[in-house]
Amino acid sequence: MSAAAFIIIAIFTLAGALAAACLRKLIHAALCLVLAFLGLAAFYFLLGAEFVGLVQVFVYVGAVAVLIVFTILLTRREDEEAASFNWAGALVAIAVFAGLVWTILKTSGVAVIAPAIESLTVKRIGETLMTNYVWPLQCVGLLLTAALIGALVLVIEENR
Amino acid sequence: MSGSSVDQAFVSLKGWLLSFISSAPDWVQAIVSCLINIAGVLGLFMTLFALISVLERKILGRIQNRYGPNRVGPFGLFQPIADGIKLLIKEDIVPTHADKVVHFLAPLMMATPAILALGVIPYGRNMTVFSIDGGILFFFAVGSATELAVFMAGWGSNNKFSMLGAMRAIAQMVSYELPLILTVLPAVMIVGSLSADAIVAAQAGYSHGFVPRWFVFTPWGAAAFILFFVSGLVESNRTPFDVPEGESEIVAGHMTEYSGFKYAIFFLAEYFGMFAVSGLAVTLFLGGWHAPFPFLEIVPSYVWFFAKLSVLLLVFIWIRGTLPRMRVDHVMNFAWKFMMPMAFTCIIAAAAWHYQSHGLAGWLGSLGILLVVYLALSRFLRANKNLSPRTYRFAE
Repeated sequence: MSAAAFIIIAIFTLAGALAAACLRKLIHAALCLVLAFLGLAAFYFLLGAEFVGLVQVFVYVGAVAVLIVFTILLTRREDEEAASFNWAGALVAIAVFAGLVWTILKTSGVAVIAPAIESLTVKRIGETLMTNYVWPLQCVGLLLTAALIGALVLVIEENR
Repeated sequence: MSGSSVDQAFVSLKGWLLSFISSAPDWVQAIVSCLINIAGVLGLFMTLFALISVLERKILGRIQNRYGPNRVGPFGLFQPIADGIKLLIKEDIVPTHADKVVHFLAPLMMATPAILALGVIPYGRNMTVFSIDGGILFFFAVGSATELAVFMAGWGSNNKFSMLGAMRAIAQMVSYELPLILTVLPAVMIVGSLSADAIVAAQAGYSHGFVPRWFVFTPWGAAAFILFFVSGLVESNRTPFDVPEGESEIVAGHMTEYSGFKYAIFFLAEYFGMFAVSGLAVTLFLGGWHAPFPFLEIVPSYVWFFAKLSVLLLVFIWIRGTLPRMRVDHVMNFAWKFMMPMAFTCIIAAAAWHYQSHGLAGWLGSLGILLVVYLALSRFLRANKNLSPRTYRFAE
């Protein structure tokens, strides 16, 4: 059953990603990207990483997608139809794909030797974050606060 | 505490239905079990939607000194059926220059999260549709997709009123999502779990034998409940925060170009969102399905849940009937300058309560923290304002 689910989700995710890369209208591409994000979240659910899946939906669909959509809206150009094929982008994509394939081929098959792991509860994630990874967590918090203040400063300067 | 047979009536009913296919393979049983749950929730909330829509019109009518709908059926109770038929056979108008696919998908994207969010709320003892470990997070994760749906509606209509309305709606939803989530944190912190069932279980029992241990009876809980409720009002775009709609300025906001059944789906999504937010408020702060007094525990748990839900829904309607609409900039200022600091204060107050081992000292301490911050905040916010009689530039 999970194999069938995997194939269905994979088709949706890949179709979404492909459409996001190919569609002419930027808004449609952004909305298809949301489909790919949702597919990834479904994969996390399938793997038993409930929390990661929920955060994926929360952050990517709820925040990043809205941000992308607004960015497109505020920087829309009239020449969006006349976009020619982007060779540099294709090169970068092929390079990333090759790198990923190379890495996957280099690693030994994890699925074969996967031991039975304890189910990942939110409580355990919280405890680990607050004990082992408390300093990285604080650093991320500091970084985000700095970004927030930076954004505000930029806006205030513009208003003057 | 094992529930009585009446209390578990619906759970037993589902078990009885499932017993017919006990010979079928496991995955069939799992799917049928899911379908029964879905049918139950949808049937229940569609009925509630129909009832509330007519009740809201009647109550609003009473508030405004008129009768409200009273022609169709006894007391006008069949009004929703008439409305449904009317909306179904109405012409579905799609603007020529609309983005057809996006325009079509927007109402669906709007209703789906609202229905999904209803799934994690415990409606009674053993009556959660699906209990996952991160239930509360699931609620907000699916809820965050609503903003995208509003955007799709605004964009797909290719109409400036739609787009402006969608922008307003998204702006206020993004702003109020922060206080909405931050006010949930105290309850999650105290219980130590993101699962709705665990949060309800933590509010069982009575202190001093009669005061229920609901979070709303602690200072931080009461403050968080009020903040949560106000944020919930904004999230469901209800008065006094219905700035995305405004007949005199932006028509019906992102719903301007929708008619017929698509409009009805927006309407449904708004009400389902209202049910979901009220249901979560009941779960988090009002003790879920627990009875308010020990001797009332013989009444089935789901009755209590829906009684509390109905009270909150009536408050929604009452507020709609009595408060005027707020201006956009006021709504935003209120979110960032008042709601956010108060939500953070609730978290600190809850921590103070927790570390004083939930006793009287903690109770008074958290009340003190909240009061000090509230008073300081209101004084500080007033200092920047010069409140004087309003001067009109053109009207006089």
